[in-house]
Amino acid sequence: MSRLELITPEGLRVDGRRPKETRRIYSRTDLLAADGSSYIEMGNTKLITTVYGPKESKNNNSNSIINVEFHLASFASGSTAKKLRNDKKLMENSIAIRDIFESVLIKSFGRSEIDVFIQVLQSDGGVLAAAINGTCLALIDAGIPITDYVTACTAGYCNEQAILDLNYIEESSEVPCLTVALTPKNEKILLMNMEHRLHLDNFDSVLSLAKTGCQTIYESLDECIRK
Amino acid sequence: MLILKPASHADDMEVDRKEEIVTPGQVITKDLAFMRGHGTFTLNEQLVASVAGKIERVNKLVSVKPLKTRFNGEIGDVVVGRIAELGNKRWRVDIQGRQEATLLLSSINLPGGVQRRKNEADEMEMRSFFAEGDMLSAEVQAFFGDGGCSLHTRSFKYGKLRNGCLVVAPSALIKRSKSHFISLSCGVDVVLGLNGYIWVQKHVFISPEMQNQPEGLYINENDEISMEEREAISRVCNIITALVNHKQMIYETIIVFMYENSLEYQPVELLSADLQKSLIDSAISQLEAAE
Repeated sequence: MSRLELITPEGLRVDGRRPKETRRIYSRTDLLAADGSSYIEMGNTKLITTVYGPKESKNNNSNSIINVEFHLASFASGSTAKKLRNDKKLMENSIAIRDIFESVLIKSFGRSEIDVFIQVLQSDGGVLAAAINGTCLALIDAGIPITDYVTACTAGYCNEQAILDLNYIEESSEVPCLTVALTPKNEKILLMNMEHRLHLDNFDSVLSLAKTGCQTIYESLDECIRK
Repeated sequence: MLILKPASHADDMEVDRKEEIVTPGQVITKDLAFMRGHGTFTLNEQLVASVAGKIERVNKLVSVKPLKTRFNGEIGDVVVGRIAELGNKRWRVDIQGRQEATLLLSSINLPGGVQRRKNEADEMEMRSFFAEGDMLSAEVQAFFGDGGCSLHTRSFKYGKLRNGCLVVAPSALIKRSKSHFISLSCGVDVVLGLNGYIWVQKHVFISPEMQNQPEGLYINENDEISMEEREAISRVCNIITALVNHKQMIYETIIVFMYENSLEYQPVELLSADLQKSLIDSAISQLEAAE
């Protein structure tokens, strides 16, 4: 299937995990002088999110309540190549995050807006998923009313089995990679994004694995909010 | 008395448990006898939390108070704000809220008598009363339909602020009390705005005759402030900063106790985290002893 041996005969992955294990998640909130802020680590993917608002809207012609800015630090990923075309990808991510959180927001803000800034410090796969989880924590930290958490996780399919929470090596070796964001209470899927091709027969197993991944992450985030 | 339905799901819990922390999406109760308060919403006939915080219950009204949030004023709140822009017969005031507040020309005291009618000349020289960047204290007068609030300064207590220094705190840390205008014995006045802006200024004595002559209301120059007064002001500022850093509620008595305890140190020393911690701890134990 792929050039690299992603799962050893013993059933271990490149970083020593079992196929259905997530990476270590570490998160904390309330670290900066913003209205809300969070730091999240999913394995080696690390990012900081800050939320400012709700505050007076300066831009009256836009209909959106949330503005998202997504930055990737130049030292975040291994390659030092210029990433000019990468802007499109980042913009896609920020639009996805904006749409996800506008759907869970309880809108009672009049003319105000919320600014979200995401800074990726280290990128090791699953950046979009980590950004969604980080934004969720920061919004809760800012005391902004939302109907539920939003958690996100990736899942892939290789060697005839579904694998959870891909890292950069797995993500970049032609493994189909599915990112799912959902509200953990009623499992409403808010985002589903897949790269590469995957046979429909295998799709269900990947999706359900991603869903269980989201629930695991929810438990971890909930623990973080409760301090 | 209300009887809660027995919990059938792991998420359910009884509302009357005190100090209960909930997170967004968590079901507070399935009992429809409860009313929906701030920080909650109803979904499938269940009361669900929308923010992370403590459950507060007043009779049948259940609300969730988040640990920190932007200032959400109530009528009668004392606030400290900064003029953001001038509009048609009104000022827009930044009060660290969801929106900028509005101060109408008709809700300020004009020089030359409280009951004077506003004329076009007043409209033309609004900037001579309050210009962009000026600090003021005011009271929340009313709310507009979109949640924005309207302020007034029609009392001698309110108006332009000068002779001092601003400290910014989260609005949740300001304790509601009888008076938000504090006069400390060291000759420093503190205006504890409920929105989290705190103004620390030199005490200015106002004689009753002065009150009837509001010409002095909109002076922009500071009075002469002596070195001792400057030191006292910065000491109070640093005490408030210490309370903010350690997430302690800010109110008159704790400032007084901390001021007395801090006199053996220089104001600049109060910025060290260890000293802040020990000063707060001793002030809290003094407070408990006093009760």
